[in-house]
Amino acid sequence: MMRFLLLFSRQGKLRLQKWFTPIPEREKKKIVRDMTTMVLARKPRSCNFLHWKDLKIVYKRYASLYFCCGLDAEENELIALEMLHRYVELLDKYFGNVCELDIIFNFEKAYFILDEFLLGGEIQETSKQVVSRAIEASDMLQETMEEYMSKPAF
Amino acid sequence: SRAGFTGPENLSRVNLVLVKHYSQTLYTLYIRSVYHNLSKEAEIKRINKELANIRSKFKGDKALDGYSKKKYVCKLLFIFLLGHDIDFGHMEAVNLLSSNKYTEKQIGYLFISVLVNSNSELIRLINNAIKNDLSSRNPTFMCLALHCIANVGSREMAEAFAGEIPRILVAGDTMDSVKQSAALCLLRLYKASPDLVLMGEWTSRVVHLLNDQHMGVVTAAISLITCLSSKNPDEFKTCVSLAVSRLSRIVSSASTDLQDYTYYFVPAPWLSCKLLRLLQCYPPPEDGAVKGRLVECLETILNKAQEPPKSKKVQHSNAKNAILFEAISLIIHYDSEPNLLVRACNQLGQFLQHRETNLRYLALESMCTLASSEFSHEAVKTHIETVINALKTERDVSVRQRAADLLYAMCDRSNAKQIVAEMLSYLETADYSIREEMVLKVAILAEKYAVDYSWYVDTILNLIRIAGDYVSEEVWYRVIQIVINRDDVQGYAAKTVFEALQAPACHENMVKVGGYILGEFGNLIAGDPRSSPLVQFNLLHSKFHLCSVPTRALLLSAYIKFINLFPETKATIQEVLRSDSQIRNSDVELQQRAVEYLKLSSIASTDVLATVLEEMPPFPERESSILAKLKKKKGPGAVSVELEDGKERGELNGGADRGGEAAIAASNSTPSPSSDLLGLRSAAPVGGPAPSAGSLLVDVFSEAGSAPPSAASEDPAPPLFVCKNNGVLFENQLLQIGIKSEYRQNLGRMYLFYGNKTSVQFVSFTTTVSCPGELQSHILKCIPSLTHTKPVEPLVEGGAQVQQVINIECLTDFVDAPLLNIKFRYGGALQNITLKLPVTINKFFQPTEMAAADFFQRWKQLSQPQQEAQKIFKASHGMDTEVLKAKLLGLGTALLENVDPNPENYVCAGVIQTKIQQVGCLLRLEPNAQAQVAPPPPPTHTHTHTHLCAHALDSHTASVCPSLCGSHCITHCTHLHVITRYCIYVKDPHRVGSSKSH
Repeated sequence: MMRFLLLFSRQGKLRLQKWFTPIPEREKKKIVRDMTTMVLARKPRSCNFLHWKDLKIVYKRYASLYFCCGLDAEENELIALEMLHRYVELLDKYFGNVCELDIIFNFEKAYFILDEFLLGGEIQETSKQVVSRAIEASDMLQETMEEYMSKPAF
Repeated sequence: SRAGFTGPENLSRVNLVLVKHYSQTLYTLYIRSVYHNLSKEAEIKRINKELANIRSKFKGDKALDGYSKKKYVCKLLFIFLLGHDIDFGHMEAVNLLSSNKYTEKQIGYLFISVLVNSNSELIRLINNAIKNDLSSRNPTFMCLALHCIANVGSREMAEAFAGEIPRILVAGDTMDSVKQSAALCLLRLYKASPDLVLMGEWTSRVVHLLNDQHMGVVTAAISLITCLSSKNPDEFKTCVSLAVSRLSRIVSSASTDLQDYTYYFVPAPWLSCKLLRLLQCYPPPEDGAVKGRLVECLETILNKAQEPPKSKKVQHSNAKNAILFEAISLIIHYDSEPNLLVRACNQLGQFLQHRETNLRYLALESMCTLASSEFSHEAVKTHIETVINALKTERDVSVRQRAADLLYAMCDRSNAKQIVAEMLSYLETADYSIREEMVLKVAILAEKYAVDYSWYVDTILNLIRIAGDYVSEEVWYRVIQIVINRDDVQGYAAKTVFEALQAPACHENMVKVGGYILGEFGNLIAGDPRSSPLVQFNLLHSKFHLCSVPTRALLLSAYIKFINLFPETKATIQEVLRSDSQIRNSDVELQQRAVEYLKLSSIASTDVLATVLEEMPPFPERESSILAKLKKKKGPGAVSVELEDGKERGELNGGADRGGEAAIAASNSTPSPSSDLLGLRSAAPVGGPAPSAGSLLVDVFSEAGSAPPSAASEDPAPPLFVCKNNGVLFENQLLQIGIKSEYRQNLGRMYLFYGNKTSVQFVSFTTTVSCPGELQSHILKCIPSLTHTKPVEPLVEGGAQVQQVINIECLTDFVDAPLLNIKFRYGGALQNITLKLPVTINKFFQPTEMAAADFFQRWKQLSQPQQEAQKIFKASHGMDTEVLKAKLLGLGTALLENVDPNPENYVCAGVIQTKIQQVGCLLRLEPNAQAQVAPPPPPTHTHTHTHLCAHALDSHTASVCPSLCGSHCITHCTHLHVITRYCIYVKDPHRVGSSKSH
């Protein structure tokens, strides 16, 4: 299974973190630090896989953002790499040419899409259409814009 | 289609997004800090102000409406995700869960998932909300609730929902999307609290999800099924044929058949990989048709690798190769199809030279496991040049690391010199991050495959020269031990260290080895004027001032040894010792040594000096199993590091099997083959402990503290715990396993302590306990306790120890011991160790006290031949009464004093407690100190390791008695005659008390 998924920028700023096993807060911070330093230090065109402790680390850079996940030792690195790609495609489809700021400001959407795609560290639905449909359906349930706009801003 | 992460220049669109979804505050929070270049302090100030504001809103008198709550909870999340700690807002988030507005509920769940707090009161509230959503029958709400359970996965949630979720999963009217979430949700709960998730009645319906029409459902369910199968393979074994047919349908489908489940022209790559992974929980299918179909699938997958790609996109080849690698894993797992293994190996060989770095990396990684298969080891070896080349030329350190791992795995006697040489030369430029591991690997390989010791000495000295900082103490201790124990290498070692020390700058570890070896064996090279005693001394002393205190202390000892070896150096050395820098050294240890050595050298006579400073005696050989192997120099037997380990253990444990064979042979009343068998195996000289004795026949007195055996046994057999419950079960260079056990009635509990002796972590550490054979599976229940301990952590840090508890229940009598299998990866190579757990029937003895009259009355009642087992054997050492008594007590019986009229004899009584029966046993041990030849009782053997009794016993009791006899095989006594009489009480209402014996 996937143990965690991290999205961080070239500057090492964490943009999204998802932990699929219970890990103490301090340990999480250490992992994030290790992953960012390790992955950011790698030269371009290096391979996308690493060993770190007992985990396999698979990462890929998309423009300014690194997608990085930790896998159990028996997992398949290549399919995990494509898992990252599929997630990027899903984000892209939802946001339309997704960028880092989309994920910063619409972090909750990024999380919801991820929950539709991966659950408990395992793949739940690989079909782009099915995931998009689920997200659209939940968007339909949102209150209308007007209702929001009529509320006082802060 | 690369995502267009275009970065901050895309601001205009961000504004739009903000209007659409977001508050001005989030915008300002973020933008101000980033674009106005706020300092860290200023950002924190800004955040704190915002947090104070939110806190006041939450605490304010005015009740917040759902919208505001959601807004502030969302802000808190945002702040948390920017990397700041959040310690409030949980209650408001929980309130949002019960909102009927979807977005509010959704944000509430997200907050709980991201910032879960195991505050029990909150968990109850959260669980309540989840319960409502689960029963809402609104699929969107149900999914939200299931996602939350899967994200949090706490024990409280498992307690609340582990019963409900399987029902949702298999219900006919559940929507597909809910099924998918339920499957993975259940998986998460099962992993966290396996004891709470009871599949039982659901098992078959869950397995049949593999047949579901919806590919998404199958994809989600298969992760659950794989996990459950790996834990309970028998209950889920029907999944094998379903998985094979599903796989076959996917593999043979056209690339467009599966619509959206086709990924870049590859049909259902995720599901294919998962199916292949599931099959790796099982041995090859027994059903010929299923197996044929599977082999066909595997061949198709291998064939497809050769076809031209359907797309140039890297996603296409990645997905295709992901399936290929998974198929290769399965082939390696089966390890039974030479044809497929060779094809797999060839395919990986192609990848080794592929232009994609990822594929080269994976090929090296996969080949590591392939190298440990007997069928493919040779094929892997043919790629040695490519791998060495990868080690030298790969630009990416992680790829080089895999190459080093593979070289280690493919090393055997035939290529050890080449591989060690390459690894040594790589070490000169190796990355710091992997040096320590490389050093250890070189040291292990050098020792393991040393054919001549001079090569070994050269290798280790080179290791110290090249990477001295990374050479751990164990490594240089080892080279010294070996040199001390082998007189044929001592002169060479002295010459080599002398030469190595000539270098103007040498590593301190080299000085240590040099000091020690010259101090012991400098005389062997002193004949050459170029290395005369004084030259040697001056050379060592020239390094003295650059060394740390421990090394200096070692050198001082070397000096005093010099005084003994070379009297002509005495004056010079005494002068050195007498100098202020030694005798008044501020370090106590150095000062003391200088003072004492000086005094010793001036007052002791030459004879005394020669005695005190005599050459070090050989180190006990059994300290290293690898050393024991080294001594044996048994041809190029083993094929790889792992296999060799396996073989060695085979020998270690093989004894037990042979014990079993012997029992069978004896029970066929053909004594001569059995004695031949044993005679052949017990190569050790008479009087030494018998390495071939089975676990139950083991010399129970071996740890009695009597004189050490004259010849060390070839394989340091682990002490087998017939008469003791605690001790070290297994030890090699990497791992030590300690054992502590306690027994009561027919129950036992065993604590295993796994200690990592290296400084490198073991990964994927797993242990399994099995009771071999069909028979054993129902006579000895042996389960690693789930309730008392967590399963062993998959990661064992260097130097750390992990503990495991095993609960044992003896159902009825047994002979074979359960097996403990330990697997872990050490530096990339899979280590696989199988040991017999020292569970013997006598552990379940209840001591029984009885008076003399009672004893003999019973003794006479048990007079039928099949109720008696006798064993007579000659022993080489004098016997000690106290030791004997301790042994008999250790056996678990009561030692009855003043019962036997002959005070020389020992009598014991006990009842073996098993679940279904009790076996009462009376035992008499008759030492005969005078007899040189055994008295000739009807059974025929006087050999130490035979079971005289076994052939006389019917099959039911045979298993009890050999074990008893075996445990009485007391070789350190001069002469012993053991007679055991027993009867069996079956715990059966109709037969209780009948004490009817067989």
